[in-house]
Amino acid sequence: MSQFAINLLFVGASFALYIGIAIWAKAGSTKDFYVAGGGVHPITNGMAIGADWMSAASFISMAGLIAAGGYANSTFLMGWTGGYVLLATLLAPYLRKFGKFTVPEFIGDRFYSKQARLVAVICLIVASVTYVIGQMAGAGVAFSRFLEVDATMGLIIAAVVVFVYAVLGGMKGITYTQVAQYIVLIIAYTIPAVFISLELTGNPLPPLGLFSTHSESGVPLLTKLNQVITDLGFNEYTADVDNKLNMVLFTLSLMIGTAGLPHVIIRFFTVPKVADARWSAGWALVFIGLLYLTAPAVASMARLNLMTTIYPDGPTAEAIQYEERPNWVREWEVTGLIQYEDKNGDGRIQLYNDTEAFAPTAEARGWEGNELTVNRDILVLANPEIANLPGWVIGLIAAGGLAAALSTAAGLLLAISSAISHDLIKGSINPSISEKGELLAARISMSVAIIVATYLGANPPGFAAQVVALAFGIAAASLFPALMMGIFSKRVNNKGAVAGMLSGLIFTLVYIFVYKGWLFIPGTNNLADIPENWVLGISPLSIGAVGAIINFAVAFLVSMATEEPPQEIQDLVDSVRYPKGAGGAINH
Amino acid sequence: MADDKSNAAAYWKANVRLITGCLIVWALVSYGFAILLRPLLSGIPVGGTDLGFWFAQQGSILTFIGIIFFYAWKMNRLDKKFGLEE
Repeated sequence: MSQFAINLLFVGASFALYIGIAIWAKAGSTKDFYVAGGGVHPITNGMAIGADWMSAASFISMAGLIAAGGYANSTFLMGWTGGYVLLATLLAPYLRKFGKFTVPEFIGDRFYSKQARLVAVICLIVASVTYVIGQMAGAGVAFSRFLEVDATMGLIIAAVVVFVYAVLGGMKGITYTQVAQYIVLIIAYTIPAVFISLELTGNPLPPLGLFSTHSESGVPLLTKLNQVITDLGFNEYTADVDNKLNMVLFTLSLMIGTAGLPHVIIRFFTVPKVADARWSAGWALVFIGLLYLTAPAVASMARLNLMTTIYPDGPTAEAIQYEERPNWVREWEVTGLIQYEDKNGDGRIQLYNDTEAFAPTAEARGWEGNELTVNRDILVLANPEIANLPGWVIGLIAAGGLAAALSTAAGLLLAISSAISHDLIKGSINPSISEKGELLAARISMSVAIIVATYLGANPPGFAAQVVALAFGIAAASLFPALMMGIFSKRVNNKGAVAGMLSGLIFTLVYIFVYKGWLFIPGTNNLADIPENWVLGISPLSIGAVGAIINFAVAFLVSMATEEPPQEIQDLVDSVRYPKGAGGAINH
Repeated sequence: MADDKSNAAAYWKANVRLITGCLIVWALVSYGFAILLRPLLSGIPVGGTDLGFWFAQQGSILTFIGIIFFYAWKMNRLDKKFGLEE
């Protein structure tokens, strides 16, 4: 069977499974559509959260980021997991107790303010739409590489599949497809990692292999990696970072951004009890941890593999001849994600860090510039080929990458559609809408959201790459503080919450736009986005944490200067604090 | 009613104290051991590198999982102790 046929079989079978689940789990009520009926087991929910959370960025890009940055990019590992501690202790159980369907609904009720609810809806839609574009684009890339169809065609196929199970099944369909998608993606991620770890260190568990001895050289794997890459002018993989303030703030922004992202929070509304919300946060992190503990091993091992492929006799000996390059390099060259240019005309592939400090060594070796450019994103996708694994593993990776992209896209689309049908239509435009009418409105807004996301995925606006800064910045600076204060303070009132959210949001957006361009339009930035220009060395990616602090401070000060919230609001705060009398999520 | 109120207040106080403890550990392993205190821990070798690197790429995630399960378990006991469970 050809590789194409194998890929088609794996992807086709996984898609058939998702659609089968959708037909089985059709939503009959708004409660089914928004919170999967409210009866999801905490372990099932944990698994669904895992797939919901782990996007194309986690599956495809994260290992590549860590491989390139080494220790410095550990921020992604800690940032994207540490948020679950905040969710479990500060948000999830209380929002579950509140027992309604959406995040803006809590903000609107707790701060007895339509403006607050509207600000929350806008933040939710902007954060989720930017995020979903990345997923659709990621699905398009996976299709074009593995199924040899045009990326736009691939995107449309992906959109149709999501359409079937998300529009038909709502949260109910999404929950059970996410469980299936988690299983597909975790198997796809770990199998190649196990083989690579066995080959390099003899240890079948990648997280242990990372700190084991490199079989061939007899020195620890990380020591070996440091030696090889420093010989080629790169920084040590494990090197410490000078700008610790920025590293701390970036990690903090990712953590509180994670905790504030609505598509993750709404998953906690699907469990029967408050205690289950706490347990499912723990299970979610177990399932997420399986991938996040494997990723740094994949990162360092793939980087070492790449170097030994290019320099089979060690970094101080000659590089390989271009004509003798392995097959996977040839295949990825076709996609343009690996590029080679023979700058010194010797027919060999010199891969090194082209810096001034390394220039004398390069000159002495007759090198005239780095000749190989490898896109970071191919690292995980090319892993099975690099390790010479059989064709079915490659088919599995294709299905896994698509599972990661589609499961996250579906969760985001649900968050967007429920904000439109429940918060905007039922909450303000037409409060007397019937249950049936609202369910129809939810399905229509989901369909519109899918069409918009597909269009933007095929024609990504220039800012698609800035998703991290924007989505996490908004969630961290506006939504997380408002939610937390709504639970932990009885004193913060409507005026304080609105002032806090707006000042946190505006501060964060302005700081990002000053360096990245206003509305991300190229050339409109006021300052070049380089570390020398950043205030106190804080990058625009790290500013969400500062925005959150401003939100807290402004909300507190404005509330202290104005009246206390009314008694019924203080009673509401009391009721979310105590698990007793929760009942299921109800439609008010 | 007054008893209910003081009971609920004591429950909330115990919860906030527990959360504070959890978040101190959360911050210590990530912002502390993995980032700010890494130079201090550089003398402790772990598989070809140092303890701070291990916390940054593995230890913090494992600790986070431990914190959440500890919190969930402890809160279940608090819910029962104060008679506030569902």
